[in-house]
Amino acid sequence: MELNNISNNINEWFDGSGPLCDIVISSRIRLARNLAGHKFLSRCSNIEKAEILEKLKSAIMALDIGDEISYISIDKATSLNRNLLVERHLISRHHALGKGPRGVVISNRELFTAMINEEDHLRIQVLKAGCQLAYCLEQINKIDDMIEKKVRYAFSPRLGYLTACPTNLGTGIRISVMLHLPALKMTNQIEKFFNAARDMNLTVRGLYGEGTEAASDLYQLSNQVSLGVKESDIVRKFESSVIPEVVEYENAARKELLSKQPDVLDDKISRALALLQNAHLISSQEALFLLSHLRLGINMHDYMGASTPAIKKLHDLCGQGQTRQISIATINKLFMLTLPAHLQINYGKPLEPNDRDILRAKIIRSALNQETQSS
Amino acid sequence: MQCQICNKNEATIHLTEISSGTRTEMHLCENCAAEQNITVKSHIPINELLSGLLSVQPTDEEIAGPTLEHLTCPNCGFTLAQFRKEGVLGCPYDYEVFESVLQPLIEKAHDGKKSHCGKIPASTPIDAKKQMEIMSLRRQLDDAVRSEDYELAAVLRDKINQNEKQQTN
Ligand SMILES: [Zn+2]
Ligand SMILES: [Zn+2]
Repeated sequence: MELNNISNNINEWFDGSGPLCDIVISSRIRLARNLAGHKFLSRCSNIEKAEILEKLKSAIMALDIGDEISYISIDKATSLNRNLLVERHLISRHHALGKGPRGVVISNRELFTAMINEEDHLRIQVLKAGCQLAYCLEQINKIDDMIEKKVRYAFSPRLGYLTACPTNLGTGIRISVMLHLPALKMTNQIEKFFNAARDMNLTVRGLYGEGTEAASDLYQLSNQVSLGVKESDIVRKFESSVIPEVVEYENAARKELLSKQPDVLDDKISRALALLQNAHLISSQEALFLLSHLRLGINMHDYMGASTPAIKKLHDLCGQGQTRQISIATINKLFMLTLPAHLQINYGKPLEPNDRDILRAKIIRSALNQETQSS
Repeated sequence: MQCQICNKNEATIHLTEISSGTRTEMHLCENCAAEQNITVKSHIPINELLSGLLSVQPTDEEIAGPTLEHLTCPNCGFTLAQFRKEGVLGCPYDYEVFESVLQPLIEKAHDGKKSHCGKIPASTPIDAKKQMEIMSLRRQLDDAVRSEDYELAAVLRDKINQNEKQQTN
């Protein structure tokens, strides 16, 4: 896999498709595993790390998972390439910043990754667009079974899969959904969502942006408990109650905006469009913030039939049917491709922050204006 | 551990309070905690868990005694001081070595759950003793490589391979 080949498009799981995709961007399941007969990584010499890496790499690279897979060495990668992988959610920030022999196996469609020598010897994950956790669980189980035929995992009948940190013990599972919740934020209800999540033993993390209140309005909701609960039961809880509740909550906020505060909504959408179409300097944070409002406007038109003046204007710009120029995938593409590492890799060389802001504005301007002329 | 208020239910909420230099601990069940208007953040970062549990000067008989602080994993040389600093364990065997300290922490992190339920590897796991043996060989191998004794290293590597092969058969 050449990173230059993936850096000019979005991942398949980020294309805005799948069940409940107007709110649930993507589903992800990861399993944490360690090899029996080896120390955890904090106590491993580089020699032992290299041995673990070799064992797991050869085991995984020999698998047939139905999609071509490639191995990328993280210790040998440039920091720009590492950041690209972080921006695409293919490795964690922790893995990018780690030490010693380590790497990642990535499938061509970027729906499967295996981080080797992150916090645990092995962390495999399966991703999918929209709300598709049951599918992710089925896939990751199959892959886990295949790997287990080739290596021995550290496992205790009492505590389950043994992990470096006791918080991942048991099933070693972390189930996450990426949610777009702009209306909860606009109606000042995002704190309520945080509290509700906490009461259900779930963790919320803001994505793409600093602090918990992400500029992008994208939040990752994950299970916290991994011991004493079956994998399928956690998935069922997410699919049958957690996700429908959050979706209902965000939808109620969208309807409330539409019926009670259409001017607030239109102001946000119009400003976002005007700024993105005209700005000559735009920071990553500002772009994430404004693109979120365009995504909201498009989805409110497509899924709720909203047609306030600003939403209508945005919809006309997008076009429809066969001649549709701007879709959620376009917005997501602008979103991902203007992140710092993507921007620089696609440009071909490192850029100073100010030059990045100029280039980012230019890319967004041309994508959002060109469409007007051609329609 | 029983709830200190009702003395009936299992205590799942453990609070530590420090005021004017003295540390008081409370262990409550969820009902009593709710009655006391104690709201508990259910997501407790690992560092908080650790400082809550491990920085306590041992007052509980079960974790008291000077032995605990000096307890070292025979496998990987891991100590509680290191766990406190790094938040991760040294080897799978540490779960047994430090069981008395880890157990309350595990329950707290996992909503009171104590034991595994869910997927089990299809192959039987390597027994603990065998794992210890392999890990000890690996430690010797590290030393041999470090002191550039490649002959010994080769012998040890063979032994490790042999041991692992026995396991997978
Ligand atoms: Zn009680
Ligand atoms: Zn140990």
